Amino acid sequence: MPELSPSAAPAAPAAAVVTVAITDGATKKRLGVAFWLSFSWILLVILLAIFARVLPLKSPTDTGLGRPGLGPSLHFWLGTDDLGRDTFARVVYGARVSMIVGFTSIAIGLAVGGTLGIIAGYYKGRLGSFIMSCTDVLLAFPTLVLALAIITFLGQNLRNVVLALGIISIAPIARIIRASTLTFAEREFVTAARSLGAKDIRILTREILPNVALPTFAFALVAVAVAIVAEGGLAFLGLSVKAPTPSWGGMINEGRTLLNQSPQVSLIPAAVMFVTVLAFNFAGDSLRSYFDVREGAL
Amino acid sequence: MSRFGRSRPDLEADPAPSERSSGGPLLEVTDLRTSFRTDRGLLKAVDGVTFTLEQGQTLGVVGESGSGKTVLSRSVMGLLPAGKKTLRGGSVRFEGRDIGDRSAAEMRDVWGQDIAMVFQDPMTSLNPVVRIGRQITEGLRHHLDMDKGTARETAVALLRSVGIPEPERRLDQYPFELSGGMRQRVTIAIAISCGPKLLLADEPTTALDVTVQAQILNLLQDKQRERHMAMILVTHDLGVVAGRTDHIAVMYAGRVVETAPTATLFGSMRMPYTEALLKCIPRTTDPSHTRLSALGGRPPDLISPPEGCRFAPRCPYAQERCHHEDPPLEYDASGTHAWACWYPVGTAEGSAALEANLSSGRPQALVAVGAGADAVREADAAAETEAIEAARQTEVALRPEPA
Repeated sequence: MPELSPSAAPAAPAAAVVTVAITDGATKKRLGVAFWLSFSWILLVILLAIFARVLPLKSPTDTGLGRPGLGPSLHFWLGTDDLGRDTFARVVYGARVSMIVGFTSIAIGLAVGGTLGIIAGYYKGRLGSFIMSCTDVLLAFPTLVLALAIITFLGQNLRNVVLALGIISIAPIARIIRASTLTFAEREFVTAARSLGAKDIRILTREILPNVALPTFAFALVAVAVAIVAEGGLAFLGLSVKAPTPSWGGMINEGRTLLNQSPQVSLIPAAVMFVTVLAFNFAGDSLRSYFDVREGAL
Repeated sequence: MSRFGRSRPDLEADPAPSERSSGGPLLEVTDLRTSFRTDRGLLKAVDGVTFTLEQGQTLGVVGESGSGKTVLSRSVMGLLPAGKKTLRGGSVRFEGRDIGDRSAAEMRDVWGQDIAMVFQDPMTSLNPVVRIGRQITEGLRHHLDMDKGTARETAVALLRSVGIPEPERRLDQYPFELSGGMRQRVTIAIAISCGPKLLLADEPTTALDVTVQAQILNLLQDKQRERHMAMILVTHDLGVVAGRTDHIAVMYAGRVVETAPTATLFGSMRMPYTEALLKCIPRTTDPSHTRLSALGGRPPDLISPPEGCRFAPRCPYAQERCHHEDPPLEYDASGTHAWACWYPVGTAEGSAALEANLSSGRPQALVAVGAGADAVREADAAAETEAIEAARQTEVALRPEPA
């Protein structure tokens, strides 16, 4: 509060009230414009991906709709690719692959890695060290080689891409959730729950899980972004979904031949992926700091 | 009636008057020891504590930070971290059953239903992301097999009984929407929800605003009387237990150093440590600007406690003997008041010891009687100047070099 001169003294109480109100407003948790922009973009991508079939889009796989390597125009919003397919339709259908891979693989990672992490964080003894040793082994594997191995052995399709990325995400997710569990397992409300006769499973699911869930959700968004990039990398190597099914990484790869004459064929899917990944990262980070502030205020 | 001793199970036979319910005391703790293995050695947090507690009685456990009172309450409850690092000894008998060496799984029937606990800080003892309602009904549904509706009604009744306005609305709120005092009322409601026979309150008001401390203590006392629970009130403040407990046990360095019925303890305390604790309470009748009496020094290192009486290094009465011989906790003729001291306060030996210390100018003694006030003030002033000087120098050191 600013210091008041003696002449302003009679007005002091009113001034104090106003000042307090202002500070309250200023410190109120806000997610910020960046978050809402990111959120809107993610929502748009998800909606397009879900309703791709219903939307009046050109076919993403029909070749020769236009000349190869056309720039954006009214007819082809984002131009055409090396085989004369509509890039906009391919980007939208490619979003399906990216979203499915991003969300499902992280869901697998959360289900397996999250369970392992919360158990390792709560039972700090031998069980915990064993789980952590296992994740260390998993982390020591070069991730791309691991993904290549899984896809080569199990076959190249969407399900196995999801599986490979899911398995890769287990170890880092387990470690993060363990770290977060460790802090909550020491809190007094866990002791309080025990002092009321709660079983371990109840403490894990009803006391610790709700607390771990918030920061984990924020982290998961960032993880989705990483998975999308990883899928892009696999697709670029020709190891994701088989052609002609469009995926962002695959489109970047296909545009390589035209990189000199029409770079937009590669750059447009790259830009879409870039913005999407950025949006996920932004949203995840904003949410994380938002929840952190709330922790501090408690 | 409660009884304390480091190793005096023989006195347990002494019959308690009228209060004794059928079939022995509710809680019987004998020679309880809890130690923790640390890198530096064995830390004896609770070192041989014996007491009994009857149904409906209140016991105050008083001591400084680090005197072992929290570990004592958690040991009684069996809430200590399991593992090789915790060592337990002695026995805890609840309604005649030995619960001292039960596993967590076996304790689950006792926890909540027979013994419950109110924790120090309601900020941390309530789950921040779970609604109040679920936190209360959880135990009701689990222990008392209530259905959702009944549990909710009971929760409303419980919240109302601990003085929370608009209990229906509170059920759907989160802990951060409540004030500290309200939160502690909620934790009390949770603790008494399953009708425990023994309530352990571990510094229930330490984390609260002074203005609500008395309310919470009165609430605890009301609930304790209403439900005829036994209660152990752990605190560092003798003022908190005065008038609210039947018995008091003063703990120092993991041991009980004096125990007596509350009135006796305040009327004729024998242990210099108890006296020092009492002197730390500021009095409203004192003239303003009266210097608060502080007990110098710190509790001893529990890994290697001093030889002899553990309080001797800080004691204004300490004599040569105190530094070599450990005084036992012994009962007086009444059989209710026990203390562990060679030169008790209010006895001829005690006065002589203090006199001797005063004349030889032992600083602890001088501070204790206020005679050394000037000396202390001078020393304080010197220390203060020194501290200011040090702070100034640090500041200078920290200040960035002018460009």
